Amino acid sequence: MSLRIVVCVKYVPDATGDRHFADDLTVDRDDVDGLLSELDEYAVEQALQIADEADDAEITVLTVGPEDAKDALRKALSMGADKAIHVEDDDLHGSDVMGTSLVLAKAIEKAGYDLVIAGMASTDGVMGVLPAILAERLGVPQVTLLSEVKVENGTVTGRRDGDSASETLEATLPALVSVTDQSGEARYPSFKGIMAAKKKPVESWDLEELEIEADEVGLEGSWTAVDSAAQRPARTAGTIVKDEGEGGKQLAGFLAEQKFI
Amino acid sequence: MAEVLVYVDHVDGAVRKPTLELLTLARRIGEPVAVALGAGADATAAVLAEHGAVKVLTADAPEFAEYLVVPKVDALQAAYEAVSPAAVLVPSSAEGKEIAARLAVRIGSGIITDAVDLEADDKGPVATQAAFAASFTTKSRVSKGTPVITVKPNSAPVEAAPAAGTVEALAVTFGALATGTRITGRTPRESTGRPELTEAAIVVSGGRGVNGAENFHIIEELADSLGAAVGASRAAVDAGWYPHCNQVGQTGKSVSPQLYIASGISGAIQHRAGMQTSKTIVAVNKDAEAPIFDLVDYGVVGDLFAVVPQLTEEIKVRKG
Repeated sequence: MSLRIVVCVKYVPDATGDRHFADDLTVDRDDVDGLLSELDEYAVEQALQIADEADDAEITVLTVGPEDAKDALRKALSMGADKAIHVEDDDLHGSDVMGTSLVLAKAIEKAGYDLVIAGMASTDGVMGVLPAILAERLGVPQVTLLSEVKVENGTVTGRRDGDSASETLEATLPALVSVTDQSGEARYPSFKGIMAAKKKPVESWDLEELEIEADEVGLEGSWTAVDSAAQRPARTAGTIVKDEGEGGKQLAGFLAEQKFI
Repeated sequence: MAEVLVYVDHVDGAVRKPTLELLTLARRIGEPVAVALGAGADATAAVLAEHGAVKVLTADAPEFAEYLVVPKVDALQAAYEAVSPAAVLVPSSAEGKEIAARLAVRIGSGIITDAVDLEADDKGPVATQAAFAASFTTKSRVSKGTPVITVKPNSAPVEAAPAAGTVEALAVTFGALATGTRITGRTPRESTGRPELTEAAIVVSGGRGVNGAENFHIIEELADSLGAAVGASRAAVDAGWYPHCNQVGQTGKSVSPQLYIASGISGAIQHRAGMQTSKTIVAVNKDAEAPIFDLVDYGVVGDLFAVVPQLTEEIKVRKG
């Protein structure tokens, strides 16, 4: 029996670029190069490892985003995923996590799945709540924030390293998993992988295909509203001293002046 | 006056500081009603009352300890239905955010995470957040349903404001999803005796320049002289020099202490994302060109192996 894995990925503005907001207070995607969110690479990697261990598995990567978001899918396909689904619709512009998760949940259900894998957070919004929301929407167990994950005989097990304890978790499939950057380094696409990715199928779905009304998503349908976004004033230049033997003592003087000592 | 639900983060009845900060913020919006779950929930009431909780709803059941997240969502939802609050506030821990998120879906509400401030206006609470590695500050509101907002540690002062703190048992019925993810084992993290990283008033971090696990004691000794938490950059964690739970940055913890001391950390954007909202920033680095120096209130260009031990020694002398 084939194990159907859906990996949710996001196309995000490169964090090393000059990220800012557009006039409508959504993320400006035009001025900064986009890429597959680094934290989602770990999700793709774990999907590939789980598929390797399974008798028969198929990995579908799924994203919701504008035309450019296909780049994120291509990267995942070149790493080794089998096929891709791109949900694209003009009415999706400005969707918040509730809207996006609604679209993802409908798309995952339409695609069919035994296991959904996501990264722990996106590297742009960094909320870290999408996996839990998806599990709630899909009505399946959430096995989240795993630094180790294994799937065997219809059961997913994993380790969740929290602040106060490290927990081992177990759930039966279908289930939703999210993985951290500790789950194992993501592989680089090989040349062969990059060539093969060009031939892999990428399906495009819009809101109508998912039976979602335009007013349930997008900026207008958003569950949250941004009133303002302001660039933080640049920090005023601090004092910088070169250590010539007394650097530690000088620093202690500063800390005392600031009442930290 | 409108009631505001506050989810209580506690360890066997000992309430953690971020929850007390939430009570300060909740009082700006309405009357705080606290929800404490699990073993020791009853024991939280005194301190919650001391900080402004008019009511404390408590529940304990084996499900809270044996299954992940969802039983707590069922309980918070029961509290929501019992109270009909004007807002729900939850501490921004990993688990807190997951609980808040699932509750928001169930009650058809929007969610705002990692608020660093909260104020009331006539249309409801307005949350301040930091965006894009804290290079932007945004103000947002929940526009559908009852605002569900998670708040980062160190976002408000802890203030005494004695209130009734009447304890009431909360009736919880667990749904089918509650037992979906079983917790089959739990290894408590060994206590270092140092403050929790995200809650600490002072954080001392080491990075690539520390050059080995065996040298991290230099960072720890400085931290201990200041009563600080220890952090590490991703480079130091990936090299295996320090545990991942101490990682500060985009893929680790985000901290916002009164004082942040970075040693041997260049200040890549991923690290800055996790510490840029610190009130006072200090750095020690050999490389005068390191981007961290753009952020600092005070920087020392020098070898951390000389500067940091001297600093620790001087702090000890000054503290007597």
